[in-house]
Amino acid sequence: MVNVDGSGGKGGLIQVRDLDKTYRRGGEEIHVLQGLNLDVSAGEFVAFMGPSGSGKTTLLNLLGGLDVPTRGSINVAGDEITHMSAGKLTEWRARHVGFIFQMYNLIPVLTAFQNVELPLLLTKLSKAERRTHVETALSIVGLTDRMNHFPRQLSGGQEQRVTIARAIVSDPTFLLCDEPTGDLDRKSADEVMALLEELVGSHHKTVLMVTHDPLVAARAHTILHLDKGVLVEGSKFPNSIPAGGVA
Amino acid sequence: MKFARIIWANLLRKKVRLLLTIGSFAVALFLFVFLAVVRDAFNRGADVASADRLVVINRTSIINPIPLSYRDKILRIPGVKAVTHNNWFGGIYIEEKNFFPQFVIDPENQRTVFSELVVPDDQWKAFLNDRQGAIAGAKLAERFHWKIGDRIPIKTTFYGGASWEFNLVGIYHGNKPQSDETQFWLQWDYFEEKVPERDKGRIGWYVLRIDNPDDAPRISQAIDDEFANSPFETKTQAESAFAANWVKQFGNIQRLIVSIGVVVFFTLLLVTGNTMAISVRERTSELAVFKAIGYSDRSVLFFVLAEALTIALIGGLLGMLLAIVAVPGLAAALNGLLPSIVLAPKMLAFGLVVAIFTGFLSGFLPGMNAMHLRIVNALRRV
Repeated sequence: MVNVDGSGGKGGLIQVRDLDKTYRRGGEEIHVLQGLNLDVSAGEFVAFMGPSGSGKTTLLNLLGGLDVPTRGSINVAGDEITHMSAGKLTEWRARHVGFIFQMYNLIPVLTAFQNVELPLLLTKLSKAERRTHVETALSIVGLTDRMNHFPRQLSGGQEQRVTIARAIVSDPTFLLCDEPTGDLDRKSADEVMALLEELVGSHHKTVLMVTHDPLVAARAHTILHLDKGVLVEGSKFPNSIPAGGVA
Repeated sequence: MKFARIIWANLLRKKVRLLLTIGSFAVALFLFVFLAVVRDAFNRGADVASADRLVVINRTSIINPIPLSYRDKILRIPGVKAVTHNNWFGGIYIEEKNFFPQFVIDPENQRTVFSELVVPDDQWKAFLNDRQGAIAGAKLAERFHWKIGDRIPIKTTFYGGASWEFNLVGIYHGNKPQSDETQFWLQWDYFEEKVPERDKGRIGWYVLRIDNPDDAPRISQAIDDEFANSPFETKTQAESAFAANWVKQFGNIQRLIVSIGVVVFFTLLLVTGNTMAISVRERTSELAVFKAIGYSDRSVLFFVLAEALTIALIGGLLGMLLAIVAVPGLAAALNGLLPSIVLAPKMLAFGLVVAIFTGFLSGFLPGMNAMHLRIVNALRRV
C-alpha cells in the first residue's frame, strides 16, 4: 500500500507527515517540499518522478537520513528519525538503509568483494561470516565470478550491480535508489531493473527509486510525481510486468 | 585489524605521491635527528661532566695560564681529593683539517680525576716510562688508523712551529657511550721541557675531584678567595658549567640548531598536511559514501589519521635508518670538530615521536574536514 494523503495507518513501513524542506539561497527561501505526506508498506516498489529541481533527490535524502527536514516527521519501522542525533542516525542508516546511487560510487581501490563487504565491517560478524554474506549478495546480482575485479575492470552495469550487492548485503529494511539507471545503456538498465524487481518480488525488499525515465519508472508498483513540493499519485502497475517488458 | 585493508588501499592509490611524501618525511626526519645529534654533541661536555669535579681557570680567560704552583695550595683546601692539570697543545697533525683536541696531562693524577677514561695498566706503564709517549682516544686512533707503536708528528702552533714527535703507547676507552674518545694526551714533563722559558711552570687549567659534590660552592669560593688579588686570579666552577661556557664560545649554537629544527618541522608539516588535504579532497564523494552507508564521523577521521600516521611512521623509520647509516659518516666528515657525535637511542625515540606528532597534525585538519562533510553535498561531487 502506498498513500500520499496522510491517511495511512500506523502499520506501514514508512510514514511521512507534513514534511517541509526549505533551502536558503542568496537570502531567498526555496521551499522544495511542502507538507508532504507519504505512507509506504513493506515490499512496495515506488518510483518518484518529476522535473529537475522538483525535490525528488531531496525527498530520498530525507528518507535515508542523509539530510534533516525543516519540519515534519519521518517514521521508519517504528523509528522516528527526524529527531535522532547525527550519531544515532548514522547507526540507523547502517541498519535500515541500502543506498544505490546513479554514479555507482564504488571505492575504486577496493575490489568488488571488498566494496560489498564495507557495510559488514561495521558489524560483529566474523571474517568467515562476512565472506558468506558477501558471496551471497554477489551471487544474487550475478557477479560471483567478478568478485576480485576492481571497479575499473567492470562495465557500468556490473558496477551498478556491485552497488546493489553492497546495498543489500546487510539486509537493510529498504533500498533507496537515486537514478539507478541514469548512467547506463538500455540493456544494462534493463538488467539492473530486473534485479531490483527480483529483490522486491523474491526477496521482499522495499524499494524507493527516483528516476527521470518513464520506462524505468514503469517497472515500479507505484509511480508518484512530485509537483510543487507535494506528491501526487501517478499510474499504478500490478506487480506482474515482466522484466524487460517495457524497455 | 579489519580496516587495515582500506587504509592500505587508500595509501597505495597514488604510489608516486606516496613515495614522494614518505621520502620527504624520511629526509626531513633524518635532518631533524642529525641536528639533534649535533646539538647533543655540543652539550656532551655538560652531559659527561661529573658532579664531583671542579675546573679552575684563569679569571681573565681560559687562554690565560695559571701557575703550576697553585696545585699544592688547592690540594690543601678541605674537601679536595685530587688535582690534575691540563694544557691545550693546539698542534696540527699533517694538515690543518685533521683537527683534534690535544691535552698535555699530568700523569700522576689523570687517572684519579678522569676515572671514566680507561687506559689498560700495561699501556699506562709504558706511557709513564716514555716521556715522548702519547695516548689517543679510541675514536681518534680509529680515525687515523693509528696503532700502538706508531710515531706521530704534531706541529705546534704556539711554541715556535716545530714538529714534536710522539710515540703512541696507549689507547683509552670511555666507560660511558657518550664519553669523548677523540682526545690526544701527551706528557707534562716532555711538554715542560720543550716549551720556551716564558711558558714553563704555567698550566692551562686545573681539574679537581672533591669528596662531596655538595661542597662544590664552598670549595670553589675557597679556591678563588685563596688566589684573589694575585696576578693570576682564578675562576672555579663545576665541570658542567665549564663545559657549558665552552659551548658558548661557538655562539648561540643551541638557538641556531633549534631554529633550523623548527623550520624543518613546519616545512614537513606543510608538505604532509598539503598532501593529506589533497588526498582527502580527491575522494570527497567516497568519504561521503562511507558516511552514507553507516560509517561514523569518527571512523572517517580515524581513516584519515591512520593514513597520515602510517606515512609518518614509514617515513620516520626510514629517516631513522638513514640516520643510523649516515651519522657515522657525517661524524667522520666533520673531522673531529665536535667531541663525539653519537646517535643515542633517545635521539631515535625523539625522532619517532616527532614523526608521529607531525603525522597526527598533518592528518588532523583534513580529517576534521572529512569528518564534517555534509553527505548530500559531498555526493554531488563526482
